[in-house]
Amino acid sequence: MTVILGQLFTGVSIGAVLLLIALGLSLTFGQMNVINMAHGEFIMAGAYTAYVLQQVLTDAGMSLLVALPVAFVVAGLLGVLLEVLLIRRLYLRPLDTLLVTWGVSLILQQLARDVFGAPNVQTRAPDLLTGSTTLLRTADGDVSIANSRLFILALAVLAVLALTAVLKWTPLGRRIRAVVQNRDLAAVSGIANGRVDRLTFFIGSGLAGVAGVALTLLGPIGPTMGTNIIIDAFLVVVVGGIGQIKGSVIVAFVLGMLQSTVEYLTTLSVAKVIVFVAIVAFLQWRPQGMFTLRTRSLA
Amino acid sequence: MLKFHGRRLAVCSAVLAAALALAACGSKTGETGSTGGVTADTSGDTVKVGLLNSLSGTMAISEVTVRDSIKLAIEEINAAGGVLGKKLEPISEDGASDWPTFAEKAKKLIKEDRVAAVFGCWTSASRKAVKPVFEENKALLFYPVQYEGLEQSPYIFYTGATTNQQIVPGLDYLKAQGKKSVYLVGSDYVFPRTANKIIKAYAAANGMTVLGEDYAPLGSTEFGTIVNKVKAAKADAVFNTLNGDSNVAFFKEYKSAGLTAAAMPVVSVSIAEEEVKSIGTQYLAGQLTAWNYYQTTSGAANDKFVKAYKAKYGADKPTSDPMEAAYVSVYLWKAMVEKAQSFDVEKVKAASDGITFEAPEGTVTVDGATQHIAKTARIGKIGDDGLITEVWNSGSPVKPDPYLKGYPWAAGLS
Repeated sequence: MTVILGQLFTGVSIGAVLLLIALGLSLTFGQMNVINMAHGEFIMAGAYTAYVLQQVLTDAGMSLLVALPVAFVVAGLLGVLLEVLLIRRLYLRPLDTLLVTWGVSLILQQLARDVFGAPNVQTRAPDLLTGSTTLLRTADGDVSIANSRLFILALAVLAVLALTAVLKWTPLGRRIRAVVQNRDLAAVSGIANGRVDRLTFFIGSGLAGVAGVALTLLGPIGPTMGTNIIIDAFLVVVVGGIGQIKGSVIVAFVLGMLQSTVEYLTTLSVAKVIVFVAIVAFLQWRPQGMFTLRTRSLA
Repeated sequence: MLKFHGRRLAVCSAVLAAALALAACGSKTGETGSTGGVTADTSGDTVKVGLLNSLSGTMAISEVTVRDSIKLAIEEINAAGGVLGKKLEPISEDGASDWPTFAEKAKKLIKEDRVAAVFGCWTSASRKAVKPVFEENKALLFYPVQYEGLEQSPYIFYTGATTNQQIVPGLDYLKAQGKKSVYLVGSDYVFPRTANKIIKAYAAANGMTVLGEDYAPLGSTEFGTIVNKVKAAKADAVFNTLNGDSNVAFFKEYKSAGLTAAAMPVVSVSIAEEEVKSIGTQYLAGQLTAWNYYQTTSGAANDKFVKAYKAKYGADKPTSDPMEAAYVSVYLWKAMVEKAQSFDVEKVKAASDGITFEAPEGTVTVDGATQHIAKTARIGKIGDDGLITEVWNSGSPVKPDPYLKGYPWAAGLS
């Protein structure tokens, strides 16, 4: 029983990590159809931001809290820079965008290697987050949850709520949705598409920065950390359905549960294989992903 | 903006996933070398030696320190007049935690730089990758890290522990402590898998139960499920063969799950002082390690080594077993060259048997037949200060037995 509960939570927490890394992508890839290979490096930028702030502020708790908004802005600005300098010029050429942003990701990796050194670095977690919370005491052991994972779960939920609120209720969100649903009509209605694209990219990339800060609580920070997670992020968005935040949310948690359950019954490598096979099978059945956006756009 | 449908996006994603996978492998298969050996260039006033370590990637956390201590030994030797009157000139190459890169860099060191010997490699996967290169070119590699045994290349000297000098004593210690069951956790490559095969054979012969066995890819940081499995198995102890910074994630998770060194100790064979520092003592205090050397090992040779290392690299830098074995390997090579009065690989090999050195870990002796060295086995406990203190040692150096021929239970292994 304690094992099942523990595993349930492990699945949820893997899902929360997947969600955080995929959320920004679901905006830039999902809403704007831009395949941004440098998204993983924006996550890395967020993680290094947390590291630098900790070196400057020294206090672990303080630096973590400061790092969240700062990393959002740092990664967001990187995103805007990329959008303005390169992606904007390649909107009609998706494969070129893929290659160019991949090149950018390699450049950013090397930059990180030159600035911070090749060996991976660590941040110290605040004391509050190194411990664990006991949920349940039973005869055959306690069910406890790492505080750092609770924090990440809360962060993921908050990020989803904030993003949903922005998209649903703010004028900016309305404009973003209008541009996504029918670009030409939005332009005709007086929306400055270029500005909306930049802002969308800022938010999407900024969310990657926040994810990067969260990842520092789980593992080391290194120049290649982005490449290790970008595939998972793309999988979540593709399976969830392009252009659908709710699809990404559901799929992240489903994949998390699937991964942790299969891993418990078999081994980690087998679990990865089975999850991939499940994804391929699912996409055969529903190539458009779990949810599709219905629009009257002709394209 | 071009709109495209889900299927095309999926295809694009597949393309980029494949591109990433290719990039990650970075597989560069070089041309197969000639069968003849390449003679080292020893004509000048200096002799080049190769340093082959991962200076980037997941293994850099460990391997950079090994490179540093090899450099220290080279500096000391140069300050004392060099080898056969020639100064050593280190050529350092980055294996980048990527095994094909190791093979390529080894080829470069041997063929282009024409070094007299190469020092380095950490993971067994990197050693297995460079082994054919050294054998083909008849060049020498000094490998300074404990490994899984069952290997004996004519062109490699193994100055770290083989299994009967580390893993077997570690198991003996657990058995003596009354531990009846173990859970095995390791990285998914050759060393942990072979080590665990040996552990299972030992357990079967010694009345211990192996309750489970789990592997994570090198560099993996998701250990929630593995730790849950360990917890559910209620083993008496965990035998940890994880390598690199996966250890960081594993021990964080281990502590978060409420598992303690007192209730379920973890014996690690790849965590030395340097790793303890970066994982954080708050996660590791009280856990066990099996090695042949600790910074706290007593003796004049070690005091000198620790002092010299800290003077060169900083007072906060600890010394560790692989660093010590790497440092010793340079001195052993020097002694072999001086005994042979030649840098020639075959003559150096022929001179190797019986070479002794007053190492920081105590006296070590080269066994010419196996090209391993006799070392004292030590079990240590990690303290709050990040240093490891010895709780048990084998008393005298243990003769290397890479194929475990002296252990009847190991008969089926190879």
